[in-house]
Amino acid sequence: MGDMLNRLYVFFTALISTVIVFGGEVMAEQYRSKPWQMGFQEPRSPQAEQGFAFHDMLLWIEGAIVVFVLVIMGYIIIRFNAKSNPVPSKTTHNTLLEVVWTVAPIIILVIIAVPSLKLLYFTDRTPNPEMTIKVVGNQWYWTYVYMDNDGMEFDSIIIPDDELEEGQPRLLSVDNPLVLPVETDIRFILATNDVIHNFAMPALYLKLDTTPGRVNETWTHINDEGDYYGMCSELCGVNHGFMPIHIKAVSKDAYQDWLVEAQEEFAAKDDGSVVDDIVKLAAMNQ
Amino acid sequence: MSDDHHYPGGMRRWLMSTNHKDIGTLYIILSIIAALIGGAMSWYIRLELAEPGIQYIDDFQFYNTLVTAHGFLMVFFVVMPAMIGGFGNWFVPLMIGAPDMAFPRLNNISFWLLAAALVLLIFAGFTGGGTGTGWTVYPPLSAADYHPGWAVDFGILSLHLAGASSILGAANFITTILNMRAPGMTIHRMPLFVWAILVTAFLLLLALPVLAGALTMLLTDRNFGTTFFIAEAGGDPLLWQHLFWFFGHPEVYIIIIPAFGIISEIVSTFSKKPIFGYLGMAYAMSAIGVVGFVVWAHHMFVTGLDVDARAYFTVATMVIAVPTGVKIFSWLATMWGGSIDFKVPMMYAFGFIWLFVLGGVTGITLANAGMDIPFHDTYFVVAHFHYVMAIAAIFAMFAGFFYWIGKMCGRQYNEGLAKLQFWIFFVGVNVLFFPQHFSGMAGMPRRIPDYPDAYVGWNYVSSIGALITMIGTFLFLYIAIRTVTSGEKAEANPWGEGATTLEWSVDSPAPFHTHETMPDMTGKAPAE
Repeated sequence: MGDMLNRLYVFFTALISTVIVFGGEVMAEQYRSKPWQMGFQEPRSPQAEQGFAFHDMLLWIEGAIVVFVLVIMGYIIIRFNAKSNPVPSKTTHNTLLEVVWTVAPIIILVIIAVPSLKLLYFTDRTPNPEMTIKVVGNQWYWTYVYMDNDGMEFDSIIIPDDELEEGQPRLLSVDNPLVLPVETDIRFILATNDVIHNFAMPALYLKLDTTPGRVNETWTHINDEGDYYGMCSELCGVNHGFMPIHIKAVSKDAYQDWLVEAQEEFAAKDDGSVVDDIVKLAAMNQ
Repeated sequence: MSDDHHYPGGMRRWLMSTNHKDIGTLYIILSIIAALIGGAMSWYIRLELAEPGIQYIDDFQFYNTLVTAHGFLMVFFVVMPAMIGGFGNWFVPLMIGAPDMAFPRLNNISFWLLAAALVLLIFAGFTGGGTGTGWTVYPPLSAADYHPGWAVDFGILSLHLAGASSILGAANFITTILNMRAPGMTIHRMPLFVWAILVTAFLLLLALPVLAGALTMLLTDRNFGTTFFIAEAGGDPLLWQHLFWFFGHPEVYIIIIPAFGIISEIVSTFSKKPIFGYLGMAYAMSAIGVVGFVVWAHHMFVTGLDVDARAYFTVATMVIAVPTGVKIFSWLATMWGGSIDFKVPMMYAFGFIWLFVLGGVTGITLANAGMDIPFHDTYFVVAHFHYVMAIAAIFAMFAGFFYWIGKMCGRQYNEGLAKLQFWIFFVGVNVLFFPQHFSGMAGMPRRIPDYPDAYVGWNYVSSIGALITMIGTFLFLYIAIRTVTSGEKAEANPWGEGATTLEWSVDSPAPFHTHETMPDMTGKAPAE
């Protein structure tokens, strides 16, 4: 079922985008929304694959409910208007019917709940992370800390519209993307220096608040190399719309090469912030 | 002329009113004024979002303030006053055969507290830096460090007053409904609209004090050095979210349950049939009210809540689909076999059911904590709650307005114009909100003044929908004014045999004093 939906969707968007040519070229390796997109972005992590498949199931069930109600409403409009049916019936009870329309939804909900809870527990945490990234929200940029590389850290700030280079999407591009290896179980530890932000990446099925006084944890496993784009997803003040998230996923080898270069560039620093200490403590307690 | 028959005029009538009908009218007028302000804000927002880049609102704090004020206005000053204060005040006493509300002076202060709250809210929006916090007012963004101006304090005071107003109103409704029903009208014979207001009043009574407490804590955090929500000093921002949503989730039922009541009356009247499964309907509303108190954290699925808690809130939230289904199917079964007059109130009832079913199924999607991850804080959520709560409630209000306007002002609306208005509004809101499902699935976050270029298409469509909705709104205003000033004279019962509730037994417009002798309802409707 999911396959068919996907194919329909790909066909439909292809059709539309050939009819309507929109500004901004779509590069092969950029994972972000496309013009007139009607569904999810392509899944690029196991969580996204499982989640979007679950959503396909929901869509069929909910679509059937909506169509069912619409058909009944249509029938009522045609058959039971004052002209076609001048004498109203007096029926006000039907115990069997009432039991059915109470029990049937319960059965449907149980059918939904089982895969739903499976998905929930799967997306929660990874038991064996291969690496850990600390993400710190700031008004209005992100700080990424490579916990396994002497706490190497750097800030990731939006590129203003007038400084964009060819191929860089507007409002999504940053000066220093978060570089991550593919095919690796990555643990994210989330913290904030000021208000609540939210670290979100649609194609990877990531979204979690950074809350003052707390350290939140989630994980991902990136399937494909490429550029991933997301945006802060909790209202965090004046420039909430302008702190995008850009993840650059590279092969494991390329990641090691990048680490060597990056460590020179962002020479490890320790500014002794409170958040750092909290996060280290939490990581030790895992 | 004895004391209980005086007919005050002018200022005394409108400022010092203790008459449930006049106070109801005041509430409806306040609601329409607030709707125009809140609507203007949303049209301005959609104007900015019609194209990528920044065109009109280059002050993003102001943009956030618009988003916040739009939410507050529509929830506290449009939907609640119209449905509970307006229609509730007007028709609960009429429907139960009571001469007035139990506490007429309390009724007066309820209204004027709300009017004062509206003024404070306008202050909060346009002075002291504005309230760029969203209607959820999450600290620390709403704390003194990040919103140092007085705007948030004014917002808090405004909500305090609005809350006090609602609590007094709720006490009044509960007392009236429990004690002042006509002889023979047992609890199980009350019209469903009265049931709806009773359930809503209990929700108000239980939920609003929690909001008041949380607001007070935020106020002292901001001004008197307490640290309930300040993490650096041992407080917890998540505590606010729990308290806010413990109020906030019942609040959405406070908005939609009176709508259930209005729709039930209209469906029954125009199908010329008693409501199908009356007891099931009444207790479905009650069940929604009760379960609505134990599902609040489904608004907090991505705050880092423990996974087992998220599993509980997923399952509990889904349970609400069951009584909601009972309501939808009972409406359909009431219409089934009926002899339906498609007058405008009935068309709006059909529209309501469509919007509510569509917003309801996306609610099932969002109830799943695992599924909420890609949807949370995107336009999908915006589409969902506008369908299921906001626009559905507006449809119920329009339905109620056209259903009862003859009774309220003695003049009937123009059927042809009102039909046109329905179709414009129906097309408008669907063009406005349906594409937001797509933007949301594609990942567009809420509450942003500009968006990546990929979201251009659906946002443009959405803004066209807003324009159509605006035309529908002004047409409604025209119809309303025309009806009140020069509509045709309304009969006591313009709807015929289907209209069986007591408000149709009195003249149109309803006289200043009604039911001075309580009618005997022994053995009479509804169906049980």
